[in-house]
Amino acid sequence: MSVDVQVRPEVPAAPPSSYNRGRRVTARTVRYGLLFLFLLFVFIPVYVLLVTSFKPGAEAGVSGAWALPQNWTLDAWRSAWQTLSPSLWRSFAIAIPAAVVSAILGSMNGFVFSRWRFPGSEIIFTLFLFGMFIPYQAVMIPLRQLTGDLGLPGGVPTLIVVHIVYGIPICTLIFRGYYSTTIPAELVEASRVDGGGLLRTYASVVLPLSAPGFVVTLIWQFTSVWNDFLFAIFLSNTRNGPVTIALNALAGGQLTDYAASMAGALIASFPTLVVYIVLGRWFIGGLMAGSLKT
Amino acid sequence: MRKIKSWGPGLLLVAPSIVIIGIFVYVLIAATANESLTDRHSAAPAENYVGLENYVNLLDDDRFIHSLRNLAIMTVVFVAGTLFFGVLWAFLLEKGVKGEGFFRSTFLFPMAVSFVASGVVWRWLLNSAQGENAGGLNALFGMVGLDFLQNPWWSHPDWGMAAMAIPAIWQLSGYVMALFLAGFRGIPHELREAGRVDGASEAQLYRHVIFPQLSPVALTALIIIGHMSMKMFDLIMAVSGAQFLTEVPAVYMWQSLLTNDYAKAAAIAIVLLVVVAVLVVPYLVQNARAERQR
Repeated sequence: MSVDVQVRPEVPAAPPSSYNRGRRVTARTVRYGLLFLFLLFVFIPVYVLLVTSFKPGAEAGVSGAWALPQNWTLDAWRSAWQTLSPSLWRSFAIAIPAAVVSAILGSMNGFVFSRWRFPGSEIIFTLFLFGMFIPYQAVMIPLRQLTGDLGLPGGVPTLIVVHIVYGIPICTLIFRGYYSTTIPAELVEASRVDGGGLLRTYASVVLPLSAPGFVVTLIWQFTSVWNDFLFAIFLSNTRNGPVTIALNALAGGQLTDYAASMAGALIASFPTLVVYIVLGRWFIGGLMAGSLKT
Repeated sequence: MRKIKSWGPGLLLVAPSIVIIGIFVYVLIAATANESLTDRHSAAPAENYVGLENYVNLLDDDRFIHSLRNLAIMTVVFVAGTLFFGVLWAFLLEKGVKGEGFFRSTFLFPMAVSFVASGVVWRWLLNSAQGENAGGLNALFGMVGLDFLQNPWWSHPDWGMAAMAIPAIWQLSGYVMALFLAGFRGIPHELREAGRVDGASEAQLYRHVIFPQLSPVALTALIIIGHMSMKMFDLIMAVSGAQFLTEVPAVYMWQSLLTNDYAKAAAIAIVLLVVVAVLVVPYLVQNARAERQR
């Protein structure tokens, strides 16, 4: 590569080098200046959340709102925890099984749609994808009826099933993209020639290579189920629903206790933030896969 | 027969998902559409089919037109804002800066938080009071002498929905940045080299070589952000609650359901579905076609 560059004709006369360096320094200063400015923009809400959550109720009002607390206290955290903790556990009880089951289904579907296609599989796959983009309002009214008819108890069990179902498209998409780039078609072919059936090929060739795909899918699914509000408000209530519902109730009243609701927002975001900070690289992998361009 | 034997098992493995998606997406959409053609305006079962009456009524309903207008304003600002910041951040980062990973993760972290949780703090930040009683961002403007920037945010009767897009921009610009960063990095190095050898300045290089290569990324971002905006529900409920001023079709649908006007709610949901489908279906079809050619 470097040889190649050397034999190329000279780039048209460059301006004097000191001028060039000066410009480069300016460009770099502007670049970092802007980046830090935007960093500030992103952090403003975080500052407000943290600072307000440590204020006593009386201080959390409007005046002096941007100042640090005069009396630091954990009262708001305590009261938010008391209000939210039951729903927090329900959120785990919903998000973990929902993420695991849709990931497993997604893995099987993704394998078939990428490496064991059948006539019409492309069309079916596209029909799956459409299910990911629909506004769920378009299914919500009969869905309430259907989950009732299926005898699902309201709250956690209903939400697990619903999130599994509507998680299938995205999980299938992620695994399909993952398998079509990481599992060589020849490998599957070889297993088939050896007389390996579908399940054996899946279990012995595909699954052992699937760990990164599962990490990405599980993170993605866990985060979106955890953050869901729409299904929750239609299919549960503050007594049997997830933390988003409880938080909305805590923060949404006419006389909002800002200190408690901000502590609550931090508590409710804590699990997904930890996942993001610890496994950020895979989180971004899911983002990319979710954009169809895999 | 031999052929079926080869692809049959694949179909069998995805069959459960096909049935599930078939029922939970397509049958339920049909059920909603069916409900929208009835006169079920109370909790009691429908009595008659009334054809398109509910849709005709919606077109005549100032409240619905108002909600569509709100949706349009928010979507334009949301899409333009995320594209602006997303492209800018990716542009600032793409040549490699010190601490790139840190900047990237910071710009992206709001995505890990739910709209409900971020809505708690944005509700506080977008406080409409000005002058003496100013709170939130207005108070900050007052403190730094930028009083002229104070405004009623989402409480503005005409353009309030533009302010409602601000939290959404905060939350999703990082996502667009990640898309574009991947796009920038996907451009072959030779292409830039060739442009430079041909004597293109940096600005020309971006304008004529790099940005045209990124138009598929821009389309992806447009579709994803656009369809998210059209479905927007959580954020509005968290920031302003359900109220006329900031009502969009998704919220209006929810409100109609609260009054047991099932037929109207179903009609709104179907309109929403059609609007989203107009945006998404051509994209999915084009994607499937490109896939087949590969």
